[in-house]
Amino acid sequence: MTLLGGSALWIAFLLGVWGAIAGFAGGRTGRPDLQRSARHAVFAMCAALLTAVFSLEWALFHHDFNIEYVAAYTSRNLPTFYTWSALYAGQKGSLLFWATVLTLFGSLAQLLTAGRHRVYLPYVAAVTAVVAAFFVCVMLFAANPFERLPYTPVDGRGLNPQLQNPGMVFHPPMLYLGYISITIPFAFAMAALLSKRLDADWLIAIRKWTLLSWLFLSVGICLGMWWAYVELGWGGYWAWDPVENASLLPWLTMTAFLHSVMIQEKRGMLKKWNLALIIGSWLLSILGTFITRSGVISSVHSFTQSPVGYFFLAFLVLAGSASFTLYAKRLPLLATETRLESMVSREASFFFNNLLLVGIAFSVLFGTLFPILSELVTGAKTTFSTTTFNRVNIPLGLALLVLTGIGPLIAWRRASIPNLKRQFVAPLTGGALALLMLLAGGMRDLWALLAISFGAFVTVTVAQEFWRGVRARHRQYGEAWLLALGRLVARNRRRYGGYVVHIGIVMLFVAFSGMAFKTETEATLRPGESVTLKSPYGWTYTFTHLGVSQYDALNRQVTAATVEVRRDGRKIGLLSPEKRQHVDAFNRPTFDPSTEPSIMSMLREDLYGVLGGVVNGTEQAVFRFTINPLVWWVWYGGMVVALGGLLVMWPGGGMPATKRSQAGYAVRLVGQA
Amino acid sequence: MNAGTKFIIGAVVIVGSVGWLMASGIKETGQYFLTPSELSRKVATDPSFYNVGMKVGAHVVPGSVVREVATQTLTFRVTDGSAIYPVTFHGLPPDTFTDSVEVVVEGRLQADGVIHATNVLAKCGSRYEAVPKA
Repeated sequence: MTLLGGSALWIAFLLGVWGAIAGFAGGRTGRPDLQRSARHAVFAMCAALLTAVFSLEWALFHHDFNIEYVAAYTSRNLPTFYTWSALYAGQKGSLLFWATVLTLFGSLAQLLTAGRHRVYLPYVAAVTAVVAAFFVCVMLFAANPFERLPYTPVDGRGLNPQLQNPGMVFHPPMLYLGYISITIPFAFAMAALLSKRLDADWLIAIRKWTLLSWLFLSVGICLGMWWAYVELGWGGYWAWDPVENASLLPWLTMTAFLHSVMIQEKRGMLKKWNLALIIGSWLLSILGTFITRSGVISSVHSFTQSPVGYFFLAFLVLAGSASFTLYAKRLPLLATETRLESMVSREASFFFNNLLLVGIAFSVLFGTLFPILSELVTGAKTTFSTTTFNRVNIPLGLALLVLTGIGPLIAWRRASIPNLKRQFVAPLTGGALALLMLLAGGMRDLWALLAISFGAFVTVTVAQEFWRGVRARHRQYGEAWLLALGRLVARNRRRYGGYVVHIGIVMLFVAFSGMAFKTETEATLRPGESVTLKSPYGWTYTFTHLGVSQYDALNRQVTAATVEVRRDGRKIGLLSPEKRQHVDAFNRPTFDPSTEPSIMSMLREDLYGVLGGVVNGTEQAVFRFTINPLVWWVWYGGMVVALGGLLVMWPGGGMPATKRSQAGYAVRLVGQA
Repeated sequence: MNAGTKFIIGAVVIVGSVGWLMASGIKETGQYFLTPSELSRKVATDPSFYNVGMKVGAHVVPGSVVREVATQTLTFRVTDGSAIYPVTFHGLPPDTFTDSVEVVVEGRLQADGVIHATNVLAKCGSRYEAVPKA
């Protein structure tokens, strides 16, 4: 099987090289045979890589511990569910996963791209082949997943217990899918630059792809937060760790792109900006891999240092300079078609939204790289602490939230005073009412007050948009209210799906502001003893330690404490935080003990209990209890964001009509210029 | 004033505030990230370098870890091979904290020569890579 897998990798590499040559040459000369060959090279590469994945999975399931990767990430007693996910648990496997999915997406792009966008395809095939060949090359020369050991261990090391969590099975592939799928829009951008067909056509060809990668990134980031929260036991979900920041960066620039692309479609502006955003997002996805894989940045999660990082650095520099050189050469072809007419227009508010998103991305990137930069400049390593990141990004995030409300309300080109009045009265009232209610309720934290009242403002803007749309249909076509709502959304998926995303974002902001009121206590308790904690809502929680039990589970020994929780004296449930020692098939301990927090999640707050350990084998135990307000809203906000994204992407129905009219509009503008 | 100029002013305001937020953030909450020997040099040249928030990255001295579970106090020493500093920490250390790991200690060096940690991060090989047994 390693022979099969190893040769599949070599075949994929050679196919990638050929695909690149044939694609670039075929695009340039217009020779159909070369173009066809490039296309087939991508398909064949995908087949070869799928074969490699199959052989690795086969080895994982057959416990072929002679293969270093299998021995390092699985063991005989690992549940099947996690054996499957061991494919991307380690660096080598992730590289294989990445390359395979890339060629899969590349093949789909070749197959699904509609007729009039086919001119881009040879170049798209070439770029896909180059990027995939790079990943295969890293595997072949620095991180071969099929490498054998000089001996065969009886059992493998097993999977890191922190990865044995359902969230972790879905979180990395989601993020990878997000990172990987950015390559397709990037390939189209390169194709547009190379073929000099720089009208809005290529943007329409990649619309679904950009949404897809944005959606995957969003879901991946949310799952990552969820995993950190339920598994790591420090009581939060975001710590501005370099690995987290790396996933946030392309998300920010893709979000900026999804907005600014509308301006190019409607008004023919921002062509240079949009191209730069796509190229930048793609480079950030590669940079993210470099940061996480090279260990250049000290992180709690820094990965083992390996030459892989330097492959990525070299690739990043080469790809970055190649794409921006090409971009610079084509700048004269990217002149804007119209001018900004007024500051009070949707264009202007979108420009500012873009600047803020890119500004946030820049500050996060700068903060992540700051330890290296400061050491280069001053000789002393200085770091951005969590506090620094929050200080910078909370105000910027809030400004962005305000624009989320303002943008959709202002007319294109130039808004009139009556238009502004009509649009803003209700939302401003809503925001002000929320602020007054919070102040009356006794909330005094400035940022949280702003976040929630801005959130109310945005919510009212969205509600107003839905209400007006539904009322118009109800009056014009006499449709029943619900039917009108359904048709309204179905016929304008992009617009109303976007609004749903905005609601999800509001929920997230409100949830984040809850963390300003986090309270926690640590206590060492004997059975029967209790500790109290005051919630920000004024309740008093009493945690009573009932006892400790120890038992063996599937592949671990568990020490669990049972804690009774009372709110204002009334029993509301039990928490049972655990300490786990994972063992191999021979009952020998593997890995360090791990903590399994116990969480009681409610609409208004989460109770988060962690067992620190037991005192010298007695039932006296050390606990940390945390009250995390509004965490529930992070997960549901994330779901609403995903739902909105899906609405926008859903095929069929209203989309073709919208597409036609918008494409027609764009073409007319090109004709005018 | 035409729309273009106003827009540029708006853009400058945004870019300026991003820059200002970062600069002031670094100035007020940026932390030095030092090794124990860098810390000892810093203290030698600048005697006022006590009670300043910083991070120290170092190895835990094997066998130096003392845990008092009842008071949740953890004391240990960190070193980078030349300088050694004692650390005290009040709270729950992370799972991966043992006496053979690399740690990042966040806290302040007090005049008694002890680093009073507010946070201890144990550096495991990675989330994904298994930690090689020492």
